Amino acid sequence: MLRHLAMTAVAATIAATGASAETLRYATARDVYGLDPHAVTDSFTNIFTHHIYEPLVRYNADLKVEPALATSWEVIEPTRVRFKLREGVKFQGGQDFGADDVQVSLMRAVDPKSPLRGNLPGLKAVEIVDDLTVDLILEGPTPLLNNYLTNIFIMDKGWLEEHNAVAPIDASQGEEGYTTNNANGTGPFKLESRRPDALNVLVNYEGWWDTPQHNLTRIEHTPIGSDATRVAALLSGEIDLIEPAPLQDADRIDGTEGVHMLQNPGLRSIMMGINMGDELVDGNVEGNPLKDLKVRQAMYHAINMDLIRDRIMRGKSRVTGSLIAPEVKGFTEAMDERLPYDPEKSKALLAEAGYPEGFAFNLNCPNDRYVNDEGICQAMAAMLAQGGFQPRLVTEPRQMHFQKVDNHQVDVFMLGWATLPMLDGFSVLSAMLATPGGEYGTFTPKGYSNPKVDELTHAVATEIDEEKRLAMMQEALMLAKADIPWLPLHQQPLSWAARDSVEIPQAADDLVRLWYAKITK
Amino acid sequence: MLGFLIRRIIQSIFVMLAVALIAFMMFRFMGDPVNSLVAENATVEERDAVRERLGLDQPLWVQYGRFVARAATGDFGLSWRNARPVSTLLAERFPATAELVLVAAGLSLLLGIPLGILTALRPHSFSTQTLQFFSLIGISLPTFVTGILLILVFSVWLGWLPSFGRGTVVDIGWWSTGFLTLSGLKALVLPSVMLCLFQLTLIMRLVRAEMMEVLRTDYIKFARARGLTNRSIHFRHALKNTLIPVITIFGLQLGGLIAFAIVTETVFQWPGMGALFIQAVSFGDVPVMAAYLVLVSLIFVVINTTVDLLYAVLDPRLRVDGARAAH
Repeated sequence: MLRHLAMTAVAATIAATGASAETLRYATARDVYGLDPHAVTDSFTNIFTHHIYEPLVRYNADLKVEPALATSWEVIEPTRVRFKLREGVKFQGGQDFGADDVQVSLMRAVDPKSPLRGNLPGLKAVEIVDDLTVDLILEGPTPLLNNYLTNIFIMDKGWLEEHNAVAPIDASQGEEGYTTNNANGTGPFKLESRRPDALNVLVNYEGWWDTPQHNLTRIEHTPIGSDATRVAALLSGEIDLIEPAPLQDADRIDGTEGVHMLQNPGLRSIMMGINMGDELVDGNVEGNPLKDLKVRQAMYHAINMDLIRDRIMRGKSRVTGSLIAPEVKGFTEAMDERLPYDPEKSKALLAEAGYPEGFAFNLNCPNDRYVNDEGICQAMAAMLAQGGFQPRLVTEPRQMHFQKVDNHQVDVFMLGWATLPMLDGFSVLSAMLATPGGEYGTFTPKGYSNPKVDELTHAVATEIDEEKRLAMMQEALMLAKADIPWLPLHQQPLSWAARDSVEIPQAADDLVRLWYAKITK
Repeated sequence: MLGFLIRRIIQSIFVMLAVALIAFMMFRFMGDPVNSLVAENATVEERDAVRERLGLDQPLWVQYGRFVARAATGDFGLSWRNARPVSTLLAERFPATAELVLVAAGLSLLLGIPLGILTALRPHSFSTQTLQFFSLIGISLPTFVTGILLILVFSVWLGWLPSFGRGTVVDIGWWSTGFLTLSGLKALVLPSVMLCLFQLTLIMRLVRAEMMEVLRTDYIKFARARGLTNRSIHFRHALKNTLIPVITIFGLQLGGLIAFAIVTETVFQWPGMGALFIQAVSFGDVPVMAAYLVLVSLIFVVINTTVDLLYAVLDPRLRVDGARAAH
């Protein structure tokens, strides 16, 4: 009898804790690279560590910048920005948060050996004004400072010193960093355990300064590399949320009771870059016909994006004429206009340019980077052939593809750009349209250079007045649009799938923010 | 015996050096690992700085020489993907692969040999015909298809077994084992079945063919004439002679199991060395790839040496020379 009572009591306790314990089991295609927030630039790893660590300012579910560890900021002079820090914040290890933590963390992130350095350009020093005030000293006016800061997480100074980890991790040296497998942040969740490539467990941090909008007590994150297995794990009830969910399984998932797809157009714009150098990499004519604007327009007219959306993207992509998504600052309706699909016009333009028989060139695509990248290119090769071109399709794994893109060993090539973490049109201007040199033009197609675009880009970089900056940015983007160094295709869809009991907002940047997730009964 | 072992050790060193060299020659065709290491928006200078720090701007033979020199001291460097020592990563993953391969190999022997004997002794029975039919399926279906089918049936439809992972594991020192918990054992079922299927059918068909061959030989007829029991003839006389080729094939296939484990581990998200290797390939993580390939070549050499030693135990004729030399 007594034993029976005891067992009932135990059962009751389990039931009681079970009611309040909300565990979210979450699967992604791969594991985080490590937990040190200043050691990797990978956006998936960063959003995972964002559950543990926090930046001074953060993006909310609508991708607007809002205060996090800083409560307010003001530009004192163009190169000095003052941040007031939040009072009473405690790290998960119990340490108090203060100005010295901000100083150590930001300088750690911009250390010459840190790969994150490029994500916070122009920071020279951090000066401590008092315990809860810091000044950021910049090389020049930095209109996007807050956007950059959303990606730089704050660690505790004492904790870093204690574990001999103030210097950033350097993969070329032989030492393993303490911060790779251990974490101590101010965020909504703290690390309970980590088994690389098997299971990461986060639990609710009771001492979080913010009012939780989530109701999770525990997050179990499992990487599942195989698409089929990840979907099977969702369908069998072993997992509550998967990201990404393969597009071809969308109908099956929506047709199964208890689970559903989450699909929205994302930020990532897919486009084709066009080699405008003096020679084609793999051509059959003298010189480079792609230098002729008429030929590029012919190419534009030859591609039927509506068909690609309906047949290859299952109606889920957003066809666009713009290089940036509507959510990104700088977008206007006018940018979204496309040259209409018209294969006859394509042929006519080609003939006018002097290539009535067309010409051969390489069409380079990755096959494991973007949603259905290979399928899009196969369709596009057929369309270009109908429009009078002779494309030679090359599809390769991403490592091979981007190596060729870097070395300009491509004629017409696929690239996707999400403007992360800036969420600003300046990202496209500086990395993809400006004439290469210094920190500009890393991906600008070979041979493309428009002095007016360059002039505007450099002006945008330092313009603090938001209205002027926006106007210049839009002018530059429209100028580049008419030149067609990039042929825009679409914004690719986000594709997650979840159990019906999981409520989570799907932000356009494709990052899973579980501190907004709820489990309902 | 000692001379044989020393020869083998020297050979294996050369095998590993050659494997590492071939690996380094192939890495050049794998694309540029720097792309995985820098931010999408990194500038050309940042890319070049990373390339220089990792020594990727050096010629191939310098990179190879550096790897060999460090590997000789047991230092395989740091993984570029997650900045952890490669030796730690491999040691962490080894138990998962070892347990999976062990169970799969065990299953294929424990089921393959009896089934082979059964089908040899009753060549025309219905059960033999059925087994032969299914073994054909096992030998011809690609393993990843079997894996996905197993997941569909036993995880999604029936909900009996987990579709991924190792379940709960227990750490004994540095070895993490799934043998000690129910969820760990359940998680082992589907992957080991998938992995052993090909091996199992191969062994079954091999034992059957060998056994039928042996049963026709003169000494079996003589044994029957001596009036020995069937049991003694089949298991004492026939089976022993059947097993020599089985051991050769099994030894060769054991290496194959470790290699095939890459596919199984990918399908079932089994956190073993194969999964580590696949990730390293997609990331361009040269230190991990090089170390894995060297380690696998070492395992192959060890297995083949063991098989050669086992022959001597099973086949007395191979011992004759050694025995004479001893006298």
